[in-house]
Amino acid sequence: MIELFDPLKGERLRVLDETGEAAPGLDPGLPDAELRAIYERMLRTRTADAKALKLQRQGRLGTYPPSRGHEACQVGLASAMGRDDWFFPYFRDLGMYITLGYPLADYYHLWMGNEAGLRTPDGLNIYPIAIPVGSQIPQAVGAGLAAKYRKLRIAVVTTFGDGATSEGDFHEGLNFAGVFRTPNVFVCLNNQFAISVPRARQTAAATIAQKAVAYGFPGVQVDGNDVLAVYAAAREALANARSGQGPTLIEAYTYRMGDHTTSDDAARYRSKEEVQEWERRDPILRFRLYLGKKGLWDEAYEKTVQESAAEFVEKAVAEAEARPAATPEDLFTYTYAAMPPELEAQLAELKAFLGEGRR
Amino acid sequence: MIMTMVQAINQALAQEMERDDRIIVLGQDVGRDGGVFRTTEGLFDRFGPERVMDTPLSESAIVGASIGMTALGLRPVPEVQFMGFIYPAFNQIVSHVARLRNRTRGRFTVPLTIRTPYGAGVKALEHHSESTEALFCQIPGLTVVVPSSPYDAKGLLIASLRSDDPVIFLEPTKLYRAEKQEVPEEPYEVPLRRAAVVREGKDLTIIAWGAMIPVARQAAAAAQAEGIGAEIVDLRTLSPMDRETFVASVRKTGRALVVHEAPKTCGLGAEIAATIGESALLSLDAPVLRVTGQDITVPLPKSEDLYYPGPERILRAIRRLMEY
Repeated sequence: MIELFDPLKGERLRVLDETGEAAPGLDPGLPDAELRAIYERMLRTRTADAKALKLQRQGRLGTYPPSRGHEACQVGLASAMGRDDWFFPYFRDLGMYITLGYPLADYYHLWMGNEAGLRTPDGLNIYPIAIPVGSQIPQAVGAGLAAKYRKLRIAVVTTFGDGATSEGDFHEGLNFAGVFRTPNVFVCLNNQFAISVPRARQTAAATIAQKAVAYGFPGVQVDGNDVLAVYAAAREALANARSGQGPTLIEAYTYRMGDHTTSDDAARYRSKEEVQEWERRDPILRFRLYLGKKGLWDEAYEKTVQESAAEFVEKAVAEAEARPAATPEDLFTYTYAAMPPELEAQLAELKAFLGEGRR
Repeated sequence: MIMTMVQAINQALAQEMERDDRIIVLGQDVGRDGGVFRTTEGLFDRFGPERVMDTPLSESAIVGASIGMTALGLRPVPEVQFMGFIYPAFNQIVSHVARLRNRTRGRFTVPLTIRTPYGAGVKALEHHSESTEALFCQIPGLTVVVPSSPYDAKGLLIASLRSDDPVIFLEPTKLYRAEKQEVPEEPYEVPLRRAAVVREGKDLTIIAWGAMIPVARQAAAAAQAEGIGAEIVDLRTLSPMDRETFVASVRKTGRALVVHEAPKTCGLGAEIAATIGESALLSLDAPVLRVTGQDITVPLPKSEDLYYPGPERILRAIRRLMEY
């Protein structure tokens, strides 16, 4: 399906229109239970995101990059991934984490300012978030190379924003991936802004997807507010990666509904009208309309899903807030495999200092 | 077998690759060409293109991809062709290689060894003579290793390849073929984080590493002719630093001289001098002196001698220390 939408011709894959009507022949045909599961993940993502913002305003959580508007990109992509696939995130991936089964309490714990929240539970193939923009891209390619070397039939997914496509690591990573035909799926969440700088300042190319052409592999632009379009493209790209057909670049065309982070004020650089225009294209609303047309959604179901999401989120907050603070040992232990004498001395000095009742 | 440092490094790589199929060598020219210094010669034919990978000319991706390989349990050995070209990969090294163990509280470690030739001695263009080890020693999580002989090169490299910490392995270009030495055929480790007293003396301690060791030896021999006994401590691992060995030596001799190729200001000599001040002040008969590269851009080869510490500059500093 991917090759049917040529980014050089400005073609964009879209399954659902804004009324939730599926284009004939493009619907990935998921079973009802999976469609509902996707909806529930999207709602959990939005609920967890709103909660994080609230906690930040209450001083219970630190600087936080909201995900609102990205639920289709994140949940659509992660829902298509397999248990053995790997994920190299950027830093605005809440729906990915929720879908892949990363404990939300850990996720909150991180944004509350604790490294322990970034310790991926054993058995989950999720690398830690990468804050230096684009730097995770070559790493994902290396994981792809390793998968190839070990003859594992898995795919390696990495996400990044439109701003990352201007970084050298985007070029270096995708170029590497093309040369070695690694099993990578690169997913650009083109949300139109790198903090305040608009997409037009990142590239003069008409699309980000078309950059794949220069690296020698397919690129496709999808409607990033259409969860079925993201899912369909991801499923195909993942299957291609796993079967040795090389990498794919997916550009999910979307919009960052919130501020860049809680330290940002997006009103300084974009109009209310523009934001309202995108509210109309809300990814959850669109998918709800689709489910309604299929008889999979009604008010009673919505209420159940909302309640379950709220409970899921509250439980995670309680768990995260009950976690103990990091000890000096926690801070010093993981710098090296074995602590060098100088670090032992600094740790002992810190503990002696704290023992004197000062902080 | 008598061999050069290039041969010792090559043998270490070959033997460890034989032993451990998680080791992958990758970089610019490491494959068919065997490396511009021939340190990877023969590995491509022996282990194949999947384990000895010629990559795009792309330092950040060479190191970044190596990080990703470690996620799936491999132990890559990326080569950066010269230290002067390592800076495009600096973000990967500083922001990720050094920190991933801590960032993930031990879930993900980065057992890779970044090899790069460094320092003066090849009389090449600008950027081929850099000695910026201090940049890496400032970064918690990195282990920075510099051999000064073929024997140490083999043993330190094997220890680095077996280490679960990321290692920046700096190979002094000047010493690649400068001397030959008996190197045992079987694999062996020279322990990381351990300095070595490579020359004993009672009057002063010279602390140096890499290509400055032979230069310090020349100066020490000249000082001996004047009746001055210079002890030489080869740091070998620059970070985490073995402070005990040189502090013990300075407590014995009462005088200390640090010699390094890198510029003086904020060089490792400052850290060493401060450590001696903290730990051996009352043993000192003279201030700690430094003989280093100048605080200027490394000059092109015709003026190299004006920049780098040679035996005469070191001897002058030794005399000053003794006359203090």
